[in-house]
Amino acid sequence: MNLPRARVRRPWRSAAEISALLIAVVVAFPLYWMVLSAFRPAGEIESSEPRPWTLSPSLDSFRRVFEQQEFGRYFLNSLLVASAVVVASALIAFLAATAVTRFRFRFRTTLLIMFLVAQMVPVEALTIPLFFLMRDFGQLNTLGSLILPHIAFSLPFAIWMLRGFVKAVPEALEEAAYIDGASRARFLWRILFPLVFPGLVATSVFSFISAWNDFLFAKSFIISDTSQSTLPMALLVFYKPDDPDWGGVMAASTVMTIPVLIFFVLVQRRLVSGLGGAVKD
Amino acid sequence: MPGTAPRPGGRSGAPWLYLAPALVVLGGLLVYPIYQLGLISFLEYTQAQVSGGEPTTFQGFGNYAELFGDGEFWRVLLATVVFAAACVVSTLAVGCALAVLLTRVRAVPRLALMLAALGAWATPAVTGSTVWLLLFDPDFGPVNRMLGLGDHSWTYGRYSAFLLVLLEVVWCSFPFVMVTVYAGIRAVPAEVLEAAALDGASQWRIWRSVLAPMLRPILVVVTIQSVIWDFKVFTQIYVMTNGGGIAGQNLVLNVYAYQKAFASSQYSLGSAIGVVMLLILLAVTLVYLRLLRRQGEEL
Repeated sequence: MNLPRARVRRPWRSAAEISALLIAVVVAFPLYWMVLSAFRPAGEIESSEPRPWTLSPSLDSFRRVFEQQEFGRYFLNSLLVASAVVVASALIAFLAATAVTRFRFRFRTTLLIMFLVAQMVPVEALTIPLFFLMRDFGQLNTLGSLILPHIAFSLPFAIWMLRGFVKAVPEALEEAAYIDGASRARFLWRILFPLVFPGLVATSVFSFISAWNDFLFAKSFIISDTSQSTLPMALLVFYKPDDPDWGGVMAASTVMTIPVLIFFVLVQRRLVSGLGGAVKD
Repeated sequence: MPGTAPRPGGRSGAPWLYLAPALVVLGGLLVYPIYQLGLISFLEYTQAQVSGGEPTTFQGFGNYAELFGDGEFWRVLLATVVFAAACVVSTLAVGCALAVLLTRVRAVPRLALMLAALGAWATPAVTGSTVWLLLFDPDFGPVNRMLGLGDHSWTYGRYSAFLLVLLEVVWCSFPFVMVTVYAGIRAVPAEVLEAAALDGASQWRIWRSVLAPMLRPILVVVTIQSVIWDFKVFTQIYVMTNGGGIAGQNLVLNVYAYQKAFASSQYSLGSAIGVVMLLILLAVTLVYLRLLRRQGEEL
């Protein structure tokens, strides 16, 4: 909101800026503490006088994490699941969003309402039937059992959000393409897809996070074959409620958080405009 | 407006071709499991049926009768509703307040707050939960030191454990509200606000009479999303209270259903809980759809 500058009086603005900075520090503090604890040398975490700095950073906790568990493998598993979900749901959602915005057909509105309702389904409640479904298809203990449900669950929101982006591409462009002799497929992939790409990026944040963070499905479907575990499961190996290895937990947490952070920082700008666009229309 | 122009070769089959992959995936992995969930909730389905090869028997509403006759279920339901409501209200209050704050400051503080919020948003629920546990750890956590609470345990008492989870949930979910509302405020034309300011409207008046009505669609979206997310919190409760707290004092419906199904193999009871959750969220959705309709939104 660009309030007329003169009306925001100077002391007020200083107060607002100082509080904004203070709040930023508070909000960032847990992450700072996580990284700090991960780099603390053995014994320093289990101190009753925690200091907000460390004088001798060490990589011991990280080393322990990567040695004790097949952590690298879990990392790759998580990455594989998340990327598969992001790519598949983006492509499928792109096609579906094109269908519901660029065509008029029977049941179109019904379908849109269904997509909206589908967003609200508590996917966690479906763990039980999905467990049996995966078992019947022999997918238990495979990464497929994590990928498939997450594609399904991220689709409705992705379609809903992409709708705005597809809508924003002018009709005239499409007609011009056809007049120039482009086929429908050519228009779809060579013209529409690149134009909607920013929207796809914003959308993929949500599917990436839901897949990367998934804890319930991993816990329920990957029951005996630990080589198929993902990061959230591996992390909890270090977290025994009675005697947690805080250094290990924090190192593993740091490793798990960094890819998402990078992803977020990369798409930050598009995320803000994407959300604005999605809710505006 | 959706396209109405004729398409080359515009047979009516084309949209369905585009929709086919989405419908197949959703049908197989969303609609069918919902049907199965309902079905299992009417059957006798325990370890004996799952791996013992015993025939499943139809129970009618037997599982629901058992569930509704259990005082624990009502206690958990109440806790879920109150906890979710507290989370939603706190998240919205913090998110909206900070969105307004973002509009009042210059680029540097704004960027700092935005980045911190994105960091919180990006933090996976599992890591967020463990980090907050460490922060509030009775022996090694900095919070108890700062507040001078000695070795007070936050997870021991029912309410303090819920409060701790609430803080974590608000921390990781206010950024979505903040960013979305901020994007919405930014989309309000500056002239409208200037006109209001020139007419001598106070800040509060501008917010209440100009911004709030214009932001209503966005506020509805973030409220509904928050309700849905907070009503089905799983990871935070599961990790932070170690599976539902001492003697299940911190159970919420989602964790309760999981414990029933996968810890005690009462799959049909777990499914019945799932159906209850589904129905509650469906009711919320219907309210949402009515609100959208009333705003005259074109789908």
